[in-house]
Amino acid sequence: MRAFAYTRPADLPAAVALLAEHGAEARVLAGGTDLIIRLRDRTYEPVLVVDVKQIPEFAPRIEQGDGWLRFSAGTTMTDVVASPLVQRWFPALADAARFVGSVQIRNRATLAGNQCNASPAADTAPPLLVYDAQLELVGPAGRRTIALDDFFVRSGVTTLGRGELVTAIRLPLPDRPVGSGFQRRTRRRGHDLASVTLAVSVNDEGVTRFAYGSLGPRPVLFVDRTGSPDYETWFAAATPSPTSMRAGPDYRLQMLRVLAERALATARERLAAA
Amino acid sequence: MIKSSTPTVQITLRLNGDQRSVSVAQHHTLLEVLRDDLDLTGTKECCLVGECGACTVRLNGQIVDSCLVLALEADGGEVSTVEGLGTGSRLTPLQAAFIEHGAVQCGFCIPGQLVAADDLLRRVPRPSREEIEEGLAGNLCRCGCYVQIFEAVEAAASALARAEGDIERLAESPSARELPPHVVDQ
Repeated sequence: MRAFAYTRPADLPAAVALLAEHGAEARVLAGGTDLIIRLRDRTYEPVLVVDVKQIPEFAPRIEQGDGWLRFSAGTTMTDVVASPLVQRWFPALADAARFVGSVQIRNRATLAGNQCNASPAADTAPPLLVYDAQLELVGPAGRRTIALDDFFVRSGVTTLGRGELVTAIRLPLPDRPVGSGFQRRTRRRGHDLASVTLAVSVNDEGVTRFAYGSLGPRPVLFVDRTGSPDYETWFAAATPSPTSMRAGPDYRLQMLRVLAERALATARERLAAA
Repeated sequence: MIKSSTPTVQITLRLNGDQRSVSVAQHHTLLEVLRDDLDLTGTKECCLVGECGACTVRLNGQIVDSCLVLALEADGGEVSTVEGLGTGSRLTPLQAAFIEHGAVQCGFCIPGQLVAADDLLRRVPRPSREEIEEGLAGNLCRCGCYVQIFEAVEAAASALARAEGDIERLAESPSARELPPHVVDQ
């Protein structure tokens, strides 16, 4: 990879200042499981790599607040999988995090980084969309909160502004009985990305939330409050790449139906048990 | 643009139990520094995208793909490699089991397999076959020795459990002179 300068700011204001000053010439390093690959293949050739792991606010932490479960930006997939709070409230997220890469990858990859990387195939994106995730951001203009659904633009592109960082992800705790499920299809467990990845939730009032990834330029969310979700329309919105080496569009569209059915079955079981 | 003349930076880490200082280029990975600057060539370079696991090392108590970690990220941390598993000619029960069960064909993936399997046995002392498969899912073997590797991990888990039992018995009868088979003379 091309040489760059590495820096490890001690606090948020220092990190924001560096990112604001260097803009696209700087890259944020959290787990590094995507970034280091892109540095090596020269997709990115930054002047500066800003390692945020020493910032106290980024230290791995999953905490339950008033109506929220909050994940600090340094929280890894391993932390997510191990959390009884996640298993209890957001099982489809625990299922998704368990499917990310291998032990080695899950020990490094962060939940926030998985969103910032904005891969259409990000496994934790569909459950986070289904659970109505909110991102806490900090930047030169101060702090703001944004829905994850308003964060993704397309592969590798988010609405994060110059100098902005994600500091935490918040999920609202369900205030009524709900069940959720996650499904994923991949060519090779532990190594390959998802060919189809999706999550669904149903609650006792008949609200369905459904999200899928790896079927277009970004992970997408559908919500139905009528009690009779129109899955056909949702499926028809999928635009799988015709040139992907991972799976052909026909296969992905077929798998989308199969996996949606399976995830829905799990969600209904969990709702019944809730 | 910063060229390769980027100044090196001194890092300090605890490496296989020893305190070490080394000057590293800021863009070099932990893998490069282990192999090229610290002469620990047991850790292998292969896919460089975090899929094959040949470069697996332990960093601050967790296994990582060292091709996806900058050396500077390990500054002040604790790193152990395959060289830190046994001591000299003495093998750990895990290493001995790999040999005994024919888990090693070409051997290239074995350092990574050993570090990952060692990590699994620390977290899950008596893993099921499914847990072994999951624990080693990030380590590819192109010779296809998976069955033998899984059997070796199971055998090592049994050997370690027996050693554990021996320690308990020793604690109960301090006069017993036979030591548990922690390490096997090779």
